[in-house]
Amino acid sequence: MPGVDPKLVLDPAAVPGPDSVRITVVDEESAHPLLDTTGDEGLTTVPHLVMREIVAFCVLVGAIALLSYLVDAPLRDVANPSKTPNPAKAPWYFLGLQELLHYYPPIISGIVLPGLAVLALMVVPYFDINIHRPAFLSGAHFRRHLAAVWAVGIVLIVGFLVSSAAGPVWPLIGTTLFLLMVISVPLVAGRERGPGRWIATRSLPFWIFTWFVLSAVVLTVIGTFFRGPGWSFVMPWEGGFHV
Amino acid sequence: MPASRSDRLGGSPVPSGDRPSGFFRRVHRSVFRHSLQDTPRNRSLAVFMNFFLHFHPVKVRRRAIMFRQTFYLGGLTAATFLLLIASGMLLMLYYHPSVPRAYADMKDLAYVVPMGLFIRNFHRWAAHAMVALAFLHMLRVFYAGAYRPPREFNWVVGVNLLIGTLLLSYTGYLLPWDQLSYWGVMVGTNILKSVPVVGEKIQFLLLGGKSVGANALIRFYVLHCVFLPLVLTLGIGVHIWRIRKDGGLFLADEARVDGVGSPAGTMEDD
Repeated sequence: MPGVDPKLVLDPAAVPGPDSVRITVVDEESAHPLLDTTGDEGLTTVPHLVMREIVAFCVLVGAIALLSYLVDAPLRDVANPSKTPNPAKAPWYFLGLQELLHYYPPIISGIVLPGLAVLALMVVPYFDINIHRPAFLSGAHFRRHLAAVWAVGIVLIVGFLVSSAAGPVWPLIGTTLFLLMVISVPLVAGRERGPGRWIATRSLPFWIFTWFVLSAVVLTVIGTFFRGPGWSFVMPWEGGFHV
Repeated sequence: MPASRSDRLGGSPVPSGDRPSGFFRRVHRSVFRHSLQDTPRNRSLAVFMNFFLHFHPVKVRRRAIMFRQTFYLGGLTAATFLLLIASGMLLMLYYHPSVPRAYADMKDLAYVVPMGLFIRNFHRWAAHAMVALAFLHMLRVFYAGAYRPPREFNWVVGVNLLIGTLLLSYTGYLLPWDQLSYWGVMVGTNILKSVPVVGEKIQFLLLGGKSVGANALIRFYVLHCVFLPLVLTLGIGVHIWRIRKDGGLFLADEARVDGVGSPAGTMEDD
């Protein structure tokens, strides 16, 4: 039919007579739930939300004030470029990276790996990898998917065993092994109930993200509490703990 | 008394004896434009006639404001940012970004300035809290599945805000000019050198030299007190604005209602 907007879809079955047509307007934008469709009870922002905000803010101020009263911020000697402390540690949120620096050259552990991690974080919502149901371990191909996960895990572990000049990257090997064990629990415990069911219903992004987070946490904890002079492995009470 | 404009905005009339009298009432109405009477209309006016509250919708879903839904992590992160601006401005009154005066100012804060040590402690621990809260906020948002469309861009904004938070914390780390801050920053900026081709130039730009010195201190000071707070303030504004534009706070079964799927973690509601 000439001159008709392609977005107006003609439904020939719904035409009751020669002079009338029924049209359906296809609105692509409405695919996104921008309006509230939950049917939840609505509360007025004033006072319900604002009161909660005020209380939460007061609790936060009180907690930080109490901490500030009890614990002093660290202050060492004046900066001295000719006197290098051993170990020289970055602030705690960078100690995961500094721990990686022990295993790989700076270009890899300081630039490439964190860069890839940030890139992965930013693109994760744009890749539709199994974020819809069913979760990839709850379907019929459960064993095949689990075998694929193990294959990837073993490649990673072998990589972490041989890739560093400073020896095996134990924090990442440990994290990978631990998650492989966890994800295999449904093999033993079944997928019908309990932890086996919970684990089998997690999606693929859940496992990838958890691997990244757990790796970062393990590296940071080791860098913060277990590294002494010359970045040697020591216990926290033997001098490994530096803020 | 004839019905005034404020009466029309204020909902149902009440006996005049219950209201604040003449002058104060006029002042109050000039600021708030509605009466203090607790009516649904006034509750709405309290939000959308108020500059500071207008980033909220007039109504919110009950579940969305429950503590167990979000643990208020995003709001608390923003709150620590406000506390850091307040305590940081107090510290700026006593701090000189020069070598070795900066370190002497730390000593003055500890021993001379009334409450000086408390203010510095507060700024320090609030900064650590902000990094930790932003990180936990990110975990909560991911495991709830709230990062998925239509909120994908706000997730990207959030990742950048986390990076901004780390940069703010890191630039502030140098300012006390003690051994801890000096070598902490030295370790970090040496990594920059390893970037191929441009690494040394970036390091030089950031430090104003080839090593951490007086030029680096003033650069980190400007980044920490002016540039990064401005960028982060803008970013937080966009982040909060997008929450509303993207359909409000994410609730777990919203996805099921729309048939899009279930939250990232789950196949069904546990």
